[in-house]
Amino acid sequence: MNTCQYILAFSNNTFVSGLFYSVKKPLRNQDILFGKRNGGSLLKNNRHAHGFSSSSVRIKGTNHSVFQPVTATVAPPKSHRHVSTSLSNSVQQPMTLTEKILSKAANRPYVKPGENIWVNVDVLMTHDVCGPGTIGIFKREFGENAKVWDPEKVVIIPDHYIFTADQRANRNVDILREFAREQNIKYFYDIKDRQNFLNNPDYKGVCHIALAQEGHTRPGEVLFGTDSHTCNAGAFGMFATGIGNTDAGFILGTGKLLIKVPATMKFVFHGDMPDYLLAKDLILQVIGDISVSGATYRTLEFSGDVIAQLSMEERQTLCNMAIEAGGKNAVIPCDRTTREYLKGKTQRSFEVFQTDSNAHFYSHREYITHHLEPVVAKPHSPDNRDLAKNCSSVKVDRVYIGSCTGGKTEDFIAAARILKDRQVKIPTFLVPATRQVYDDIYRLSIGGQTLAHIFEQAGCIGPAPPSCAACLGGPKDTFARINEPLVCVSTTNRNFPGRMGSKEGQVYLASPYTAAATALTGFVTDPRQVYDFDKQHRSAYSLVDSFV
Amino acid sequence: MKPKLAFSMTLAIPFRICTPQFISYKCKPLSVVPFQNIPGLKRRTFHKGSTSCSAKQMDQVSKVGKKRNGDLLRGKVFVVGDNIDTDQIIPAEYLTLVPSVPEEYEKLGSYALVGLPEKQYPIRFVEKDQLHTTYTIIVAGNNFGCGSSREHAPIALGAAGAVAVVAKSYARIFFRNCSATGELYPWESKEYLVNHFRTGEEAEIDFGRNVIRNLSSKKEFELEPLGDVLPVVDAGGLFEYARKSGMIPKQS
Repeated sequence: MNTCQYILAFSNNTFVSGLFYSVKKPLRNQDILFGKRNGGSLLKNNRHAHGFSSSSVRIKGTNHSVFQPVTATVAPPKSHRHVSTSLSNSVQQPMTLTEKILSKAANRPYVKPGENIWVNVDVLMTHDVCGPGTIGIFKREFGENAKVWDPEKVVIIPDHYIFTADQRANRNVDILREFAREQNIKYFYDIKDRQNFLNNPDYKGVCHIALAQEGHTRPGEVLFGTDSHTCNAGAFGMFATGIGNTDAGFILGTGKLLIKVPATMKFVFHGDMPDYLLAKDLILQVIGDISVSGATYRTLEFSGDVIAQLSMEERQTLCNMAIEAGGKNAVIPCDRTTREYLKGKTQRSFEVFQTDSNAHFYSHREYITHHLEPVVAKPHSPDNRDLAKNCSSVKVDRVYIGSCTGGKTEDFIAAARILKDRQVKIPTFLVPATRQVYDDIYRLSIGGQTLAHIFEQAGCIGPAPPSCAACLGGPKDTFARINEPLVCVSTTNRNFPGRMGSKEGQVYLASPYTAAATALTGFVTDPRQVYDFDKQHRSAYSLVDSFV
Repeated sequence: MKPKLAFSMTLAIPFRICTPQFISYKCKPLSVVPFQNIPGLKRRTFHKGSTSCSAKQMDQVSKVGKKRNGDLLRGKVFVVGDNIDTDQIIPAEYLTLVPSVPEEYEKLGSYALVGLPEKQYPIRFVEKDQLHTTYTIIVAGNNFGCGSSREHAPIALGAAGAVAVVAKSYARIFFRNCSATGELYPWESKEYLVNHFRTGEEAEIDFGRNVIRNLSSKKEFELEPLGDVLPVVDAGGLFEYARKSGMIPKQS
């Protein structure tokens, strides 16, 4: 038997099934909590697992205020269709969307939270920071001449430290290229010419957005990536999560991974999405409510009318930050919007799962969306939430619009909407996530003016070549890196000390509307202060001029 | 209108380290293998223009698989609070270091916990200009290791010389990476221990009784058993465990 076969045999051993045992959280009854009316933060010691609201909440349509935490054990409300298209799903055992995806990947009719199962992997993604380490482990464990389990299922995307003179960083991209060549990896988005990124026909940019734009994110599939924001792809109704190099090295050799089935936390967004809110505001709201460990080891499942009306890019923003709540993965069911997006991007067929109406959830939280307001996460934690309008005296040194979380095409449309015909007061750095986003900035226009021109006239710096850039600091010469004690409002995903460079830097996480508004005033600014939003929500593509 | 670069990039002085793999890669781009674990390979000296560096082996720099001797683990304690994220454990700028390269593994260790703000943590985990820490055990609060999936985080701590973390709770990916790499014993304490230890005190973890004792205050605290994670870290990580338990063939 070769190494791979031994490992698969080993996988059925009961020792291994307990390997990743950790904190056991019991399944809870349905708790229904009504949405918070304002953005006040919860009492810290109540955060874990429950997230009780201790302020008054108004129930929509009534004058009745509730002053105590509202929890009720009731049957889950009947939501939209629950037609499972999987023949393998047993009717007697209800499952959530995530459980169905994992049961299919494990070739089992039924799985439940807490079980350790072996899943077949559909896609493994890695990049320039973790790829070399993963490759090292793969070669060490499976042999210098070993071949990956399937060269069409490995997607290698250099994106983190690209436009830098740091020679180790550059060497790491070379290592990826060498491996891709030797293994005949089909999807390797290479870059060689750093001085002019446009000269690189294959280069894409930020891995999570590239995965989506290149059609690698398909409903019903299982995706692992050596990056915590791999959960971004859950927006496509798939199971996607981040892993370390050792796990990734294991997958390279075997195409399987041992994982524990997560319990699902349900988040339903009702009502109407106000024109001044974006998905970033919704996820910051959630993280502020449940804390940075509120979803540890669990799935965040998003549903409701508001979610159904979000574009794919907005859905990705929502799922992207699941990890900031400790979540294992996030998921939004596949629907027509998903199918429309995927048209032309992938030829492959995929399977669509829906959560069963009587599935068990760890918790159930409902939001009345038009009661929410623009929020920020203050230094130094993604759960340190406050209303943007409460922070209006905070003087800001710079604004950063970029990353997988906030550097997509629609994020730039949103920023351009606010900045059009106006001038920024503070340095405003723009980093498109991918080549396609970069091109969109030059192609799309509002009122006859391209986004690029709007940004130029406003005095912004960029758009820079697409990469992760300063979201995570990076080598010292990284574009927009914070190298001194500066206050930055950013559309990125984390603000722990030192995240964007200097430990004395202070990062406020915000939506593109809030970031752009801040750029105009030089202080943390609720976008309603500087822009007259519509009564109805305007989608990004309704804002741009039509193009052929 | 043809898109153009709307800014100019200023490049800092390149970061140079004496890495044999890097140097040899520049000299022999096609045939070099950047990873040191080639059986029989002992030393390499390199071409003109470089200082001659001898290549280290992983077992010279790493204690993975040999993290403890017997059931009692004694050493100095380093105390941190809640939500110590991976950027504080190993700032992103050091992620260009590849952990499977021995010299870079060592260097990662020297940067362990360098991201902790000086105001809150005036005593540093690794002293300036040192490669290793003097602290064997890290006592932490909730959600230790939150943030990124980077394995560099537990590896940096282990490379520096930490052997065990005793935290109230962990972030998922970090916990998983501890056992997969075999770098740290990720103990979970039953109580919140941050206020019961001070950085620099001596402590002893008893692997047989699942307790940690503060040797200064003489107080003892219960730990959740490591369960199946223990033999995996003892063996030296996921793959080593599989080989030592006879599940996969040993490397020839």
